[in-house]
Amino acid sequence: MSAHESNYNPTNPVEKWLDERLPLVRFAKATIIDFPTPKNLNYWWTGGAILTFMLAVQIVTGIILAMHYTPHISMAFDSVEHIRRDVNGGRMIQATHAVGASMFFLAVYLHIFRGLYFGSYKAPREILWILGVIIFVLMMGTAFFGYVLPWGQMSFWAAQVITNIFAAIPIVGEPILHLLRGGFAVDNPTLNRFFSLHYLLPFIIAAVVGLHIWALHVPGNNNPIGVEVKSNRDTVPFHPFYTMKDLFAIVVFCIPFAWFVFFAPDILGHPDNYIEANPLVTPPHIVPEWYFLPFYAILRAIDFNFILDSKLLGVIAFGGSIVILFFLPWLDTHKVRSGTFRPTFKWFYWVFVANFVLLTWYGAQAADMKIIGGLTVADTSKLSVAYYFGYFLIILPLLSRFEKPKPLPNSISESVLKHAPATN
Amino acid sequence: MATESNLAHTEQPNAGRRDFLYVATAAVGAVGVGAAVWPLINQLNPDASVLAMASTEFDLSSVAEGSSVTIKWRGSPVFVRHRTQAEIDEARAVPLNELKDPATDESRVKEGHAQYLVMVALCTHLGCVPVGDAGEFGGWLCPCHGSQFDTAGRIRKGPAPTNLVVPPYQFLSDTVIQIG
Repeated sequence: MSAHESNYNPTNPVEKWLDERLPLVRFAKATIIDFPTPKNLNYWWTGGAILTFMLAVQIVTGIILAMHYTPHISMAFDSVEHIRRDVNGGRMIQATHAVGASMFFLAVYLHIFRGLYFGSYKAPREILWILGVIIFVLMMGTAFFGYVLPWGQMSFWAAQVITNIFAAIPIVGEPILHLLRGGFAVDNPTLNRFFSLHYLLPFIIAAVVGLHIWALHVPGNNNPIGVEVKSNRDTVPFHPFYTMKDLFAIVVFCIPFAWFVFFAPDILGHPDNYIEANPLVTPPHIVPEWYFLPFYAILRAIDFNFILDSKLLGVIAFGGSIVILFFLPWLDTHKVRSGTFRPTFKWFYWVFVANFVLLTWYGAQAADMKIIGGLTVADTSKLSVAYYFGYFLIILPLLSRFEKPKPLPNSISESVLKHAPATN
Repeated sequence: MATESNLAHTEQPNAGRRDFLYVATAAVGAVGVGAAVWPLINQLNPDASVLAMASTEFDLSSVAEGSSVTIKWRGSPVFVRHRTQAEIDEARAVPLNELKDPATDESRVKEGHAQYLVMVALCTHLGCVPVGDAGEFGGWLCPCHGSQFDTAGRIRKGPAPTNLVVPPYQFLSDTVIQIG
């Protein structure tokens, strides 16, 4: 599939001259226009385009915001208000950037869960998957650094709690903590370096996205039935079929995005972040942004000592919940990729999705809130954490050995024709 | 082994010297790169202006019995609690084996000044500021993850691994302390 011939034959002398020196047009034609793409891709396969679009939106709005923002503890909070009230169109640009973070994460979660269902992480796409997880981790870092910049109460205490996670590391924890903060407490040096890193990381993400797309173009797309492309009857050129499909998906995605920006720019945030940071008072109920809640719930669920102390264990569980994704291609070794043809896997998958949503909800509740009987969120969330890890470490490896799949179609074109309406 | 390498030398004149030069150059290069990178990392550490703020003086006479104040030391909040006799008695009555991080009440105050409890006001879990006069143990309650501390600032319940930290401090006079 990757070994397709280039059919670029430049005729005009300028194109020929360029092609012999830097075959840029040839490369673009092969990768964006002619790239043979499975003909059965559904709308779950538009996530990549939506995410690329969101990265561009965040970089453009972010560069503009940086022109008006002041990274100093005495001015940062006011400068964000200045952007929202005084700067021409600043309210829209700031809202787009803030809501954009949420939309970016919404899209990345859909993209990741698409991959989990259709087995997109399996050979020969392990590197593609791992690069995706790296992008996800970089996104989390970028979002965290960005959240600190408005220097509201939530910003400050997020910085305090998250940097404190590193203090859980035995022996070197304390020096690392001081190194990260540039002081004994979160203060101006912390804000300055977070601003610098928040500006840097999106460009690193863009570079890894480049690798991610490169790694996609070597084996080609996975597809909803998970059967590899066998002949050119299984594919269509990327342009215009998927360029148009992707653009349409981006337009649809922009509808809720625009609704938030225009009608409810603050609904996804916390009112406490409109109080300027105060190092002497913690807000009564601190929670992270919604997109970190599942991982926050995992961190908080570990409140017992087991060989190691609870704080370190919580941090290990929190880190492990993401690190485990790197190993997924070797935990689920079932021959069949697509969940569509795995009747047992399907059940465990949807329970995993529901469990992830439940963890999100747990993360937003107070730890001592009663659920059933005498059980609190702190108690019941332990079950969810157990399922989260059990899914990867027990269920997927066992299913890989014992699950009997349904019969697979012989090829993509056969499966497409079976569902096509009869024509003359 | 020595004879083997000697043989190799006779076959390839100067091979030993050349290998040595390679290794030595690489070693010097690695040290050089390390020396160049270290300042780039070390600049992240607390700077001179931060370190200059490392000690604070405070007059305790302004704190009435049964109340506490929060002051700032090295950018972090510090609780100064003027404890009542009842609070001190309560803390001293707790058997050590009931504690997650065993420490006597006496070890957490200065001799002769048992009424004054001075602690860094950051929960030892993830660094939130606990709320005073709250929780089941009459001490502090952390709003973030529900850790509870007693009237000596010792961890009694919840995820925090250790007692609230007593910073290094000394009495300069009967009522003035210097923290740090």
